[in-house]
Amino acid sequence: MTAILGMLVAERLAHLSAVDLAIVIFYFALVLGIGFYLKKFAKTGEDFFLAGREMTAWVAGLAFVSANLGSLELLGWAGNAYQYGILAAHWYWIGAIPAMVFLGLVMMPFYYISKTHSVPGYLQLRYGSAASGLSAITFAIMTILMSGVNMYAMAVVMKVVLGWDINFSMWVSSLTVGVYVAAGGLFSAIFNEVLQFFLIWFGALLIPILGLYETGGWKGMVARIQQNFPGQDFTHMWGPMHSFSSNPMGIHWTGIVFGLAAVQSMGYWTTDFLVVQRVLSAKDIRSAKMAPIIGSFFKMAVPLIVILPGLLGLAVLPMHLVPGSQVGPGQHSYDEVLPLMLVRYCGPGLLGLGVTALVAGFMAGMAGNVSAFATVWTYDIYRPFIKKNAADQHYVSMGRWCTIIGLFVSIGTAYLAMRFASLMDYVQALFGFFIAPLFGTVLLGMLWKRVSKAAGFLGLLAGTVTSITLFFLMKSSPHWVAIFALSPEAKGLAQAMYQSLWSCTTCVVVTILVTLVTKPRPDEELRGLVYSLTDVAKEEHASLFHKPVVWGMAALALLVILQIIFW
Amino acid sequence: MSEKHNIIPVWFFVGVLFLVYGVLILGSGLAEWSHPPNTVLADLHAPVWWGILLIALGVVYCGAFRPGRNKV
Repeated sequence: MTAILGMLVAERLAHLSAVDLAIVIFYFALVLGIGFYLKKFAKTGEDFFLAGREMTAWVAGLAFVSANLGSLELLGWAGNAYQYGILAAHWYWIGAIPAMVFLGLVMMPFYYISKTHSVPGYLQLRYGSAASGLSAITFAIMTILMSGVNMYAMAVVMKVVLGWDINFSMWVSSLTVGVYVAAGGLFSAIFNEVLQFFLIWFGALLIPILGLYETGGWKGMVARIQQNFPGQDFTHMWGPMHSFSSNPMGIHWTGIVFGLAAVQSMGYWTTDFLVVQRVLSAKDIRSAKMAPIIGSFFKMAVPLIVILPGLLGLAVLPMHLVPGSQVGPGQHSYDEVLPLMLVRYCGPGLLGLGVTALVAGFMAGMAGNVSAFATVWTYDIYRPFIKKNAADQHYVSMGRWCTIIGLFVSIGTAYLAMRFASLMDYVQALFGFFIAPLFGTVLLGMLWKRVSKAAGFLGLLAGTVTSITLFFLMKSSPHWVAIFALSPEAKGLAQAMYQSLWSCTTCVVVTILVTLVTKPRPDEELRGLVYSLTDVAKEEHASLFHKPVVWGMAALALLVILQIIFW
Repeated sequence: MSEKHNIIPVWFFVGVLFLVYGVLILGSGLAEWSHPPNTVLADLHAPVWWGILLIALGVVYCGAFRPGRNKV
């Protein structure tokens, strides 16, 4: 083993000691052991694809957040914090919390009561095969591409920190994920996601603690950033967004409020099946409502281990990081800020823990993608379009094979991800392609019973086409950026926000127009699928402490306080 | 965790992870006490107190959620 690793080592920031290696190897052994232990429990389709629908609100809530906390999240957003400052925290706060609360309180009852296996499964019930098929295929493409991006992000860490060959890192970690997800299905994915959640926190938390100690607290950090980058505001969230040119991201507050908070985050957190699948595994409807709300509190804390290390990097790192496309000899990219900070503070033992946390992040993200891919492929593409009415065991077997096939396809897409200059711009573009219009389609379908099958399909199609068209137009010329992103100053992330806004708007407008000229479905076909025709269980008898709505409001209140503190 | 399936609670595995990592990191921190590694703030001996914290959490989780106890 040591000889093989030695051959793969090129250049590195740190060397793993024996204790570091023991920590990494124990982690791999534990996740594989859990996968094989849970294999015997994943026998039926409901076990394999929905973890038996018996998870508590806490387990489902932690898995919900953890599935989103991939290495891409850790590395990409720490890099974005270095590049754009605390503006990046918008993606954790206003760009996540309202959507998670909305999912728990408004949308989860429909997903749960309809007993669907997936979000495209809900579309099948509400709109029929056309909209469901379009959503399933676009989702399958997105998950595989996301998985490849995650894989690439993890391999970069291994290259930067340990000098490991990128190919070696990708293959070892992704095969491990493939084995444990194929063995235990969603049971295994969720168990390991909870484990990874704790590992990520305890592996990364020392960076902000020691970083703030070194800078003398928040004020000391801000002073050092101003000294290193004079004239730029990296530490205020709303103040610098009164114009496109007054902040490093080139975004106006309208892009954050309407593009990110109202469309993109709502789309991601309420219709991206990767995260919604975790909540569908909850044991009852109250747990399903509470899970995303519990998750929202943890999500609010994640900037501590992601955004703050990026800001501390601005304050304490002796070198200036550069965009990935401009890295020269001896230079480091934005996305490498987290590993650089890890190596700065962590010696033997802690380094192994930090590296394992980053690997765990990658595995959590990838397990989320492949398990969601296996479910959507099996239930929303294979079953309705290729082989109907097969035995349950046949679909479980198909799910296992899909996990392995999806894994190999995503390894291929990881090489595609390497060609893009900015990791997060690429992913934001993907979100915009499919997620933003899907949100419009699902929400209208839940809230307005008049929406017809044709309207759902055509609205979704029009929104997706708009999204892809805008993406390529804005990449082709700054002229289009000035038109669609409202300013030539808009950077990649800012463009993605406006792209989401326009694609969702197109979807909603087309859906409404087609609805008005087509025949609605009879009410009896829509019971349990539409707000006005569904009897959602009330919780009059629950104490205040147990009511999801109370905790949802508490999360929103905390969000407001955070905005005021960092205004 | 499970009523239908008698699965060991996930929290027990979390406890095992904390406990093993706590022992390894504390041991490493003590071993390097007299000659700390070449990292910033090494004189704070972070591995020692971080290892102790992990061991404490590991003991609590393993004890509270050990297999055989009927607790979620």
